[in-house]
This record gives sequence, C-alpha cells and structure tokens, in this order.
Amino acid sequence: MLKDITIGQFFPGTSPIHRMDSRVKLLLTIAFIVMLFLAGNIYSLCVGVAFTILIYVISRIPFRMILKSLKPIMPIIIFTSILNLFFVRSGDVYWEWKFIKITSEGVNTAVFMSIRIICLIIGSSLLTYTTSPIDLTDGLERLLSPLKKIKVPVHELAMMMTIALRFIPTLIEETDKIMSAQKARGADMETGSVFKRAKALIPILIPLFVSSFRRAEELALAMECRCYHGGEGRTRMKQLKMHLVDLIGALVVAAFIAGVVVVNRLVSQGAAV
Amino acid sequence: MSVIKTENLSFVYGEGTPFRKVAVDNVDLEIGEGEFIGVIGHTGSGKSTLIQHFNGLLKPTSGSVYIDGERLWDDKARLRAIRFKVGLVFQYPEYQLFEETCYKDIAFGPRNMGLSEEEIDKRVRETARLIGISDAMLEKSPFELSGGQKRRVAIAGVMAMEPKVLILDEPASGLDPKGRAKILGLIREYHKEKKNTVMLVSHSMEDVAKHCSKILVMNNAKVFCYDTPVNVFRRAQELESMGLAVPQVTRVFNRLRAMGCAVDDEVYTVGFGKELIMKALAGRRAEP
Ligand SMILES: Nc1ncnc2c1ncn2[C@@H]1O[C@H](COP(=O)(O)OP(=O)(O)O)[C@@H](O)[C@H]1O
Ligand SMILES: [Mg+2]
Repeated sequence: MLKDITIGQFFPGTSPIHRMDSRVKLLLTIAFIVMLFLAGNIYSLCVGVAFTILIYVISRIPFRMILKSLKPIMPIIIFTSILNLFFVRSGDVYWEWKFIKITSEGVNTAVFMSIRIICLIIGSSLLTYTTSPIDLTDGLERLLSPLKKIKVPVHELAMMMTIALRFIPTLIEETDKIMSAQKARGADMETGSVFKRAKALIPILIPLFVSSFRRAEELALAMECRCYHGGEGRTRMKQLKMHLVDLIGALVVAAFIAGVVVVNRLVSQGAAV
Repeated sequence: MSVIKTENLSFVYGEGTPFRKVAVDNVDLEIGEGEFIGVIGHTGSGKSTLIQHFNGLLKPTSGSVYIDGERLWDDKARLRAIRFKVGLVFQYPEYQLFEETCYKDIAFGPRNMGLSEEEIDKRVRETARLIGISDAMLEKSPFELSGGQKRRVAIAGVMAMEPKVLILDEPASGLDPKGRAKILGLIREYHKEKKNTVMLVSHSMEDVAKHCSKILVMNNAKVFCYDTPVNVFRRAQELESMGLAVPQVTRVFNRLRAMGCAVDDEVYTVGFGKELIMKALAGRRAEP
C-alpha cells in the first residue's frame, strides 16, 4: 500500500534517453520548458506536443506512467480551464446565460493552457523516469559546482540529497513492516475519529524514529571509517561523460525550439496578411 | 479439522512493474491443530510472504486461505478477529517496541482485543513468567534491555494475546548461540504448556529439527516438501543441493550408513545419535 507512492519514480531502461548524461538531461529539460513557453499559439504548441510524444516513444515509458504523473495535477488543469472558459470575454459568443458567457476565445485559451500544462508536467516527469535519483543529484552537483566559488556548500547539499533519496525506499519498507507488525497485534488504523487515528500512529512513529536514529548513527560511523571528509579532493567512481547521444539530443531539442519560433513567426505573419 | 488451510495460494510482488516477483507459487497446505510446524527454506524462498497470508496481512494474488474453515478476505471486517486468532511475530520483533515500559508494550495486543484490566494483567504476568521476564524487567523501558531480552518482550507481546496459532518468523536470527538456544527452548516450553499450534520459521535445519511434528520446506516460492522430520531428512542430498544444510548429526549418520554401518533410523538430534552409538557399542561388547 505504501509502496504505491513512487517517490523515486525511476523506471529503469536502456533507451537512448536513459543513456544520456544527467547534466545534459537537466539542461535540456529547462530548454524544453522554455520551448513550451515560447509557443505563442496553438500551431507552434503542436510542435511542442510532437516533441513530447517523440521523447516518450523513444524512452519506451509505459503509457500508464503518463496518467500517473497527471493524476495529482488534474484539479489544477480543470480549475484553470474553468477560469479561462468563463472569464475570457472576447471573441464570438457561443453560449450565454445571465452573467455567464462562453466565447470562442475562452475555449481556445482553455484548450491551449491545458495542453501546455499537460506537456509541461509529463515532459519534465520524463527526467525523473529515465534518470536514477543518484545520477540526478550527481548531475545537479556538477551543474551547480561553480557556486562553490561563492561558498555555497554544493557538495554537502548534494550528499544530503543523495542520502535522503537513498533512504526513502528503506524507510517506506520499514514503515510497512512496523505497520504490519502492529496490525498483527490488533492495532486499528483505519477506523475511529481523527483523534483516535492520530493516537494510533504512535506505535508506528516511535519505532520508526528510533530506527532512523540508529541508521543515521551507523551510516555516519561507516562514512567516517572510510575517511569521508567532505567534497575536497574527492574523486568519483562513475565519471559523467558526454557521448554522441547527448549531442544528438541537444541538436534535436534545438531543432524543435527553432521549429516553435518559425511557426510562431509564420502564424503571426499570416495573421498580419 | 485443520486450523490453517490454503488452496492454490499464490502471491506476486509488484505486479505490472519491471520488479515483478512471484514470492508464493501455488501452495496447497493443511496444518492440524496443536502441531508444531517448522518452516525452512533458503533466504528469499517466500517463507515470510507465505506466513503473512495466514493472518490476513497480505491478500493472495490468487487462491484462498482458510482459518478454522473460515475463508479470509470474504469479509474484511473479520480480519482483525483473525489476527487475534493467528498471532504473528515478525522477524526482528524488537523493532516494533514503542511503549514506556515492557509491561505496557506486552499489554498492547490484549488491550486491542478489548479485554478487562484484570484479564490483561493476568495475561501479561503469565506470559512474562512463561518467557522468563522478571517483574523488575516489566517496569523497565524496553529500550534499556539487551538484544535477547528485547526479543523476548516482543514475542511476549504476541503470546499474551493467547492466539490459537502462534507463528514466529526467524525468532532466533541475529542472536548469539546462547540467546538462540534460550529463545527456541522457550518456544518449545510454550508449545508444551499451551498445546497451541506453533509455526517456527527458520533458515536453519538445526533450529527446527528438534521438537517439530512436521517440516515444511520452501524452495523458490514453492513447497518442496511437507512431511515429518524423518522423511524430510531422508532427502538430505536434495536439501543440500538447494543450500539447506541438514543437521550435523544427520550428516554424520548418513555417512556412517554409506560406509556400511547398520543405522536404521533417521538421526537428527545429538541425544538420539548418542543413544544409538551407545547401543551399538554395548552390542559389540556383548558379542565376543
Ligand atoms: N515487500 C516486498 N516487495 C517486493 N518484493 C519482495 C518484498 N518482500 C519480499 N520480496 C521478494 O519476495 C521473495 C520472497 O521473500 P520472503 O518471503 O521475504 O522470503 P524469505 O522470508 O524466505 O527469506 C524474495 O525474492 C524477495 O526479494
Ligand atoms: Mg524472511
């Protein structure tokens, strides 16, 4: 039951997108977001949609994952659509009732915004689907390493993030086990008032805290035993390296951004003529 | 009638993900009342997954589980009652302790059953006595105790519910030899005194060889065999090929038999082995 919460939602695979360097993927994700916001009309947005479909086809992430990533933001999409639908008042009027007025502009904006948000979410989700959390923090650390010059503890922050990510599944598993153990002793977490349910969490939280502290202590000791002393002079087992696939990826993204800009131009010229 | 019965029981972890794993595969099983069952199998053979079906913690992917003839999961509201009937002690149960005193922790289960204060007190004290926890220890915080003591307090927490079936998942793992022997001895005592059904899960033959009426051997999510210790240990070679060592004495006597000594019975406790050797020696002395 707790397992269903995929926090490190990495979906292992061997597609070209999985094989790309995490730094490049991070930067290209930003470029992708820029691409979506450059799209000024429905036609250029179609270029963005085509790109989103393309990367999903290449990465071979199952369709079900897309739905999963969309589920939590569905309310936002519906809410903004409704706002746009009712409050954009220009354009041809399709339907009118008292003060409510639905116009062609409203419908267009609602559709446009929804598509943009959906692409934004599922496109950037692909980053975490195809990159293991460890690679991701590694990439982040490298990208942010110039900030070390202004005394930002980049390595320490990245290490904290790596450790936290590493222990999320462990803690979930542990919580599951403790919950099962207390359920076996008749603990009842599903019925009763809010107050009763909150009290029912005590037999789970206390053992969880105790074991987290124990783990933290053990880990700190193990790290010290291996002479860990921060990022200074530390080398890496896995060197991040650029490959051909990264270059191709960057070029493809650049091409699509150019596509968006060109379509924007064409449409605005068409409108002017 | 059997207390626990399973029919084509299967369980799959992570269905529909790349991590899909069949942990229990088509298990048919019947466990009679008052039996002492040993469950053995290599790590990852599905023992822990199997036993979590017996008190309704896991829902079978397919197949069914019957407790006292009642089919689990037909009525979800009945599951809690089933959990009082089938007590399950998890591996490393000391990690579930949470109360201020050992007394309160042992009382957690009985209290959830809605028993009266006197009944709870009676059960806690009786269980504590049975499992060797002194009155002074009952008033201490469980976090002050030694590993072996914590383990015993945690086991007492389940025993105090007086379940009809007591299932223990590797109750002796991670303890020193003395602690192991003590815990296993206490569980045997419990079975002798209460006459309840007990299931003891272990990956070591040595632990379950003594005192079991039947042994269930799991291998690769399947039941490899379910039989009396004598019949199970007869298949020593097959067991060894799947990474399960038969008890040392059994190995010694199997070799003796291979060397041509007349050893009729299957030997799996040191005591019985000694007896046989003494008898053989006495016979030899009488011969000339
Ligand atoms: N919570 C879980 N999620 C996914 N797989 C699991 C989980 N628990 C156990 N497994 C897998 O199921 C198989 C059986 O595990 P388990 O029942 O714990 O075996 P045993 O108790 O005999 O060591 C193992 O391969 C294990 O990796
Ligand atoms: Mg196990």
